[in-house]
Amino acid sequence: MIRVVLQTAPIDLGAEIDLHDAGGHGASASFIGRVRGDDDLVELFLEHHPAMTEAGLGELAHAAADRWKLGALTLIHRVGAMQPGETIVLVLASSRHRAEALAACEFLIDRLKTDVMLWKRETFADGRVAWVEERAGDRDRAGRWAQHP
Amino acid sequence: MRLELAYFAWVRERMGAAGEAVDLPPAVADIAALLDWLAARDERGAQAFAEPHRIRAAIDGAMTGPDAKLAGAREVALFPPVTGG
Repeated sequence: MIRVVLQTAPIDLGAEIDLHDAGGHGASASFIGRVRGDDDLVELFLEHHPAMTEAGLGELAHAAADRWKLGALTLIHRVGAMQPGETIVLVLASSRHRAEALAACEFLIDRLKTDVMLWKRETFADGRVAWVEERAGDRDRAGRWAQHP
Repeated sequence: MRLELAYFAWVRERMGAAGEAVDLPPAVADIAALLDWLAARDERGAQAFAEPHRIRAAIDGAMTGPDAKLAGAREVALFPPVTGG
């Protein structure tokens, strides 16, 4: 079962894990990305493309499902305004054994950072607003998956 | 050639709009030429597109490079490198 969601509402981690686990998998790997509260950040805003963002998430999920033998895959990304501590992204990948679940989970979060149309904007306590810059380290991590199929 | 442009993140902010319809001269045939044309058109364009290496593009929903041809395109999205996850 592949579940891909782009939503403005908070991500309900417990409900999503229960839904994902309904199949009773041997091994499940998860990644939870949250809004960091350092540097007096008061809001993180995620901008998205009305069609391409969700399509990009779906393409990524299917690429992972083609590459590894997965019993279930959940990929949920939040958009809009978020506060420190809130969940931005949830990746759950399950398989019979841990290697495939862990690899698929890492692939999804690495490629999500470079392939899907999402942009982060930070607002700080002093009123400063800044768009997050692309990180070279993210490009390098995402690139590894093309080099080592 | 008539084309719909869509802007995102700081490109949208610098252009002061989420998008616009433009009539391109025939010489503007690919993404790189489009960025040059927008940068030369007015002050907002210069602010948004003065550094074309910082801009990514998609034609009709598919990510493309600077050499991608505009012929047959309906909508071009212009945006900074993505930063989700």
